[in-house]
Amino acid sequence: MKKEFGIFLLLAVLCAVTAAINPKFISAVNLTNIANLIGLFGIFSIGLGLVIITGGIDLSVGSMFALSGVLLSLALTSWHWPWPVAAAAAILVPMLLGWCHGWLISRLKIQPFIITLCGLLVYRGLARFIAQDNTMGFGSAEGFETLRDITKGKLFGLPMPFVILLVIAAIMWFVLHRSVFGRYLLAVGRNEEATRFSGINTRRVIATSYVIAGLLTGISGILLAFYTNSISPSNHGNFYELYGIAAAVLGGCSLRGGEGSIIGILIGTALLQVLQNLVNLLGIPSSLNFAVMGAVVFIGVLADHLVQLRSAQRAVRI
Amino acid sequence: MSAAPLLEVRGISKRFPGVIALDNVALEISEGEVVALVGENGAGKSTLMKILGGVYQPDGGEILVGGQPAKIHNVTDAMRLGIAFIHQELNVLGNLDVAANVFLGREPVMTPFKLIDRKKIHADTEPYLKRLGLNVSSSTRVDQLSIAQQQMVEIAKALSLNARLIIMDEPTSSLTLSETERLLELVRELSKQGVSVIYISHRLGEIQSCADRVIVLRDGKNAGALAKEEIFHDRLVSMMVGREIKNFYTQSTAAKTPGYFKVRNARSIRFPDQAVSFDAARGEILGFAGLVGAGRSELAKAIVGLDPSGSSDLNLGEEKISIRHPRDAIERGIYLVPENRRTEGLVVQMSVRENVTLPSLKNFTRLGWIQRKRERKTVEEQIVSLRIKTPTTEAAVMNLSGGNQQKIVLGKWLAMNPKVMILDEPTRGIDVGAKAEIYRLMRELAERNTVILMISSDMEEILHVSDRVAVMHEGEISGILDRADCTEENIMQLAVGKKISAAKAPFSS
Ligand SMILES: Nc1ncnc2c1ncn2[C@@H]1O[C@H](COP(=O)(O)OP(=O)(O)OP(=O)(O)O)[C@@H](O)[C@H]1O
Ligand SMILES: [Mg+2]
Repeated sequence: MKKEFGIFLLLAVLCAVTAAINPKFISAVNLTNIANLIGLFGIFSIGLGLVIITGGIDLSVGSMFALSGVLLSLALTSWHWPWPVAAAAAILVPMLLGWCHGWLISRLKIQPFIITLCGLLVYRGLARFIAQDNTMGFGSAEGFETLRDITKGKLFGLPMPFVILLVIAAIMWFVLHRSVFGRYLLAVGRNEEATRFSGINTRRVIATSYVIAGLLTGISGILLAFYTNSISPSNHGNFYELYGIAAAVLGGCSLRGGEGSIIGILIGTALLQVLQNLVNLLGIPSSLNFAVMGAVVFIGVLADHLVQLRSAQRAVRI
Repeated sequence: MSAAPLLEVRGISKRFPGVIALDNVALEISEGEVVALVGENGAGKSTLMKILGGVYQPDGGEILVGGQPAKIHNVTDAMRLGIAFIHQELNVLGNLDVAANVFLGREPVMTPFKLIDRKKIHADTEPYLKRLGLNVSSSTRVDQLSIAQQQMVEIAKALSLNARLIIMDEPTSSLTLSETERLLELVRELSKQGVSVIYISHRLGEIQSCADRVIVLRDGKNAGALAKEEIFHDRLVSMMVGREIKNFYTQSTAAKTPGYFKVRNARSIRFPDQAVSFDAARGEILGFAGLVGAGRSELAKAIVGLDPSGSSDLNLGEEKISIRHPRDAIERGIYLVPENRRTEGLVVQMSVRENVTLPSLKNFTRLGWIQRKRERKTVEEQIVSLRIKTPTTEAAVMNLSGGNQQKIVLGKWLAMNPKVMILDEPTRGIDVGAKAEIYRLMRELAERNTVILMISSDMEEILHVSDRVAVMHEGEISGILDRADCTEENIMQLAVGKKISAAKAPFSS
């Protein structure tokens, strides 16, 4: 909890500073927009966070967005599938790919970095091939207005992606912090062998984490496709896995595995989105966008590291 | 007597690339029996136990449980048959709390969502901690515990399985005197309750005190068994190593220079308010005894500058030296061989050769190129002199038995030429034959005028190897005993902080 508090403080300070400099920050329109983006990014970041907690990584998220986005557009506009079927397919494809990753990683012991790097290349290529490098869209959403309206709609004044994120986060909080499976995730991430010696099927635990990541990527993918409304297969979702990794790490996940929390990932995601917004609102050249983000992630991680060193020393003293 | 033994294994064989770890091995154990399994490092003890625990599959042979053939394909199978296994290496998870570790894989859940019943898991854990005399809360994160306490958590976990057979692979190697006593008592209790125990240890004293029977392995084969009345030190040793070991403990003959190494006001991060001072003589082995948490390792770290907030004033001969950083200590010829050698002393993925020469690689180079031949020759000499059991110099250290890994690290340090050598638990997990070799090397170093400080929790070692013994209690030296006054009784008294008349002051000013 202490760990999340530090980054929460950073978030609060950033918000306060931005609001002070540019009051537009707290306008309803801007806040709704930020909430929408936090929803979009938060959902798949949670999935990535789980994978990171097992000591793995998933670099293929962005390419999966492109692939599932292209397929979704085709299914709805060209093949005229009923929208529930198309949406289910757009979720199932990433889940299936996640399952493949998990299987290869846990059975054949290939490093997650390599498997998902291959995924990053392959899915992007497939997406471009299927779309023949054409930008895809949803036109006037004829026949699937319901789906579009759900993704762009509001509930209690909150944008739908944000509401979905809250629901998913609540569920995943119980899964990670209260359920047996969540405990095994943490255990596997710290020491797979020791966990296996306790009679736990560690392969299944690891593979499942990739399937869940796929599921959440699929859900995010649909929301993202309707958010951008046009999917250019060569750059749709580019770098998004890195936002997810950055959010998870800022939120206290360790790339070595075994550490992390849902609340932390949420705050990490929010921090990144607020930063983006800040760059826009404060008139910082948008070319500096990545540099600002990189610097903040660095500062966040460094500060956390120093705090931990301190408390470790204090712990020994007692 | 008529009933089938609880567990029987026959003709078990297991080979690894380049090694036959087990060759036609048999073992049986009845209900409530305590069988000690002994043998040199690499004899195959852990491998045999891992087969019983479902970690490895045997290449041949059969396992009978209660007279019925049993197949143990994985850890779960073993647990189902009532076999609990405390591994030689610690297998606790530092990122979880004590209760989560004890019940890992068997968490009590609340329906319908399989959420962990947190009240129950903690309530269920407490009695086991009490029974072991482990004075920590079940909600403490395990990485906050000392190594000894972590080991006790592992033992609690095995107890909580309510197993019929508990395998303990060197459970006491990281425990100190009082905890070892507690564990031995526990083993006796368990056996009274009808639980069988297979107990692996290199400390023969422990075996004499708890075993009903000893089974000896040598080079992966059965080398004999001894009944309780036949368990004698010499007999065990010669069965294990296949030869007599003479002069197990070599006595000091060299003249000593008292007060050569003076430590004054050493403060460690753990006991910042205790200033420790003592003198050690050139040419002597000064043993450091004490209970867990007495601050011995911390003192050592403060002396060599490994403790950033520690401090001490040192005098080496006439020279006053100040140490801010471990580098300063190494430059002055003051070395510490740390306690946690597996993590602090080895690159386990690398080969035996690469590990042995890592700190001294410069000696094997010409113009920056490594002279492989010379390097290999030195390593081969080390392997012979320490009796390291490895198929070749190129085997990955990871695949050696626990004790052989220790020997490699130790050999690496002993080959250097120190003025002061601090050894923290030098023979943890090392077999008797190699122990004799290490004691000989230590003695040789001392004769060559090195000051040796030996921190040890092995009572026999403290009693027989040291020239004098410093006993620590809660961060202080509670007294120093001359060789003539070194008795278990005296050491235990000082270790719990009692005053005794035989104890000398740690230094003369
Ligand atoms: N996974 C493995 N791969 C290759 N060789 C192995 C492996 N595990 C064990 N060995 C070899 O098998 C032999 C027996 O090892 P084992 O660990 O059973 O010895 P041990 O009797 O437990 O020794 P110690 O007292 O040092 O713990 C050793 O020669 C070791 O190098
Ligand atoms: Mg062993």
